[in-house]
Amino acid sequence: MSGVLSASVVADTFTLPTIDYGALAPVLIVAAAAVIGVLVEAFAPRGARRPLQLVLVFGSLIAAFVAVVMHAGIRQLDGGGAVAIDGPGLVLQGAVLLISIVGAMLMAERMVDPAGDAFAARASTLPGSEDERQFSSRGFLQTEIWPLMLFAVTGMLLFPIANDLLLLFVALEVMSLPLYLLVGMARRRRLLSQEAALKYFILGSFSSAFFLFGSALLYGYSGSIKFGKIAEAIAGNPGQNMLILVGVGMVAVGLLFKIGAAPFHQWTPDVYQGAPTPVTAFMAAAVKVAAFGAILRVFYVIFGGLRWDWQPMLWVIAILTMLIGAIVAVTQTDVKRMLAYSSIAQAGFILLGVIAANPAGLRGAIFYLVAYAFTTLGTFAVVTLVRDSTGEATHLSKWAGLAKTSPLTATVFAIFLLSLAGIPLTSGFIGKFAVFTAAIEAGAMPLVIVALFASLIAAFVYGRVIVLMFFADPPADPPAVVVPSAFTTLAIAISVAVTVVLGIIPQPFLTLLEQAGVFIR
Amino acid sequence: MSPSAYVVLAAILFTLGSVGVLVRRNAIVMFMSVEMMLNACNLAFVAFARMNGNLDGQVVAFFVMVVAAAEVVVGLAIIVTIFRTRRSASVDEPNLLKY
Repeated sequence: MSGVLSASVVADTFTLPTIDYGALAPVLIVAAAAVIGVLVEAFAPRGARRPLQLVLVFGSLIAAFVAVVMHAGIRQLDGGGAVAIDGPGLVLQGAVLLISIVGAMLMAERMVDPAGDAFAARASTLPGSEDERQFSSRGFLQTEIWPLMLFAVTGMLLFPIANDLLLLFVALEVMSLPLYLLVGMARRRRLLSQEAALKYFILGSFSSAFFLFGSALLYGYSGSIKFGKIAEAIAGNPGQNMLILVGVGMVAVGLLFKIGAAPFHQWTPDVYQGAPTPVTAFMAAAVKVAAFGAILRVFYVIFGGLRWDWQPMLWVIAILTMLIGAIVAVTQTDVKRMLAYSSIAQAGFILLGVIAANPAGLRGAIFYLVAYAFTTLGTFAVVTLVRDSTGEATHLSKWAGLAKTSPLTATVFAIFLLSLAGIPLTSGFIGKFAVFTAAIEAGAMPLVIVALFASLIAAFVYGRVIVLMFFADPPADPPAVVVPSAFTTLAIAISVAVTVVLGIIPQPFLTLLEQAGVFIR
Repeated sequence: MSPSAYVVLAAILFTLGSVGVLVRRNAIVMFMSVEMMLNACNLAFVAFARMNGNLDGQVVAFFVMVVAAAEVVVGLAIIVTIFRTRRSASVDEPNLLKY
């Protein structure tokens, strides 16, 4: 027996996959820029690093976005079936790139903090030590954040187009590892930041181990790591099998962790609060888009035939996610933490699009993701502006009466909150509408009722902050709203524009999503 | 010996690793437990490669080793920073972020 087996292993000759490098250009451009960024860190003089890195970051992200746009209409499997370049994948890649451009603008901001940017001058110095004081008083800036960010973007670009389990795992880690480090690099409140990094790292690697063991079980069941082959194996063997059911569950744990779905959401509030706010904005938006892209592909392409087995599991998770996110957000007193719980609730709403498992659900989920991502970028961008002597004034009591000190900031923040609450004429409303109608179409009416209930609770949370900003008296020591440089101003302007435009004229984007079609199998 | 025994062994190692993450309180030990889980995955992949008669699983095992090495670099950097700040690698002590 074993002789036969080993003979077959030897006979299985290795064929080189053909790779269409042009179709992978967006990923390759960003990865190359990240590697060049590391070289810049090693060889360029200190003063030249920041300008060089900014040129690299914005240049590569814009070039990659142009490449994505030029690929519109491509629908092919690449690299021996390891990568699927199709409509939804390209839309998600484009979204990740635009979000990263706006996120990079926030990270590049140097005007809001008198000491420099949002990152520790040198992350290795002890908090409160003489070294730390020396480094920041000399005005040193941490420029290693830029290659780290580009590596994370590389992973995010691969994540929604990965079409085999190995590439999905590698993309997951390429996306996560730089983010673990970025989270721990805040200039102020460094103990919180380091604690957040530790928690994110331990829980993140724990969940990716689950993902990997689930992949091993799927591979054991089907004999292949390609999504298409696994789907064929599932379709070829109707009836339940422990290997495949446990495999689906464990792969789902790894992916659901990344979007912060309950009961795998515990890291979200801690990490969102502890991380430097520009990083929070970037990861809250971009990770969610990339990870939901992967979830949608995995559940639509591989597990489509097992719908009746995984739908009950996702029902429970979606209900838990929506309710826990919305209800716990009510009790929060910290703006960043409140937004973190709200992002958990939002992830629950987007899960409805996954559960619907129809083309309308796919379109709705992607629309919601893009709408949510830009609104989130905007909210966290505003959070960076409201400051007191210790840094950002994140306690909600400090935000009371903000409209009296800075009507513009309060109005902009209110627009974002209204969009998160799903008020008509904002992108959040269209997103919720699209996802909910898709879920009703798929017969998930009870789920939609729970979702509406959860949105009601969430709307109370957002409404309370708006009332606080506009109708409460300012505290005795009100925080100052600083005037940012062009970077943050532009980032907020783009976020407001996307939020409002997608709310008033969503049709062009919906048409684009319809043209994008469904995932290639 | 049939390859399925190795899958059982992999499952046992994975369980031991996950119990280790859940019950131990030292960040380094938790991290070692995660590495054990990854290696259990490798064993499962290689055993399944043998059972399925193709090389995919063995290729995956190589990639997982590289990823695990990268994870060690990032993880130890974070844990050492925390240790230098707090003079302890216990995960119970960093408790500023809660509720």
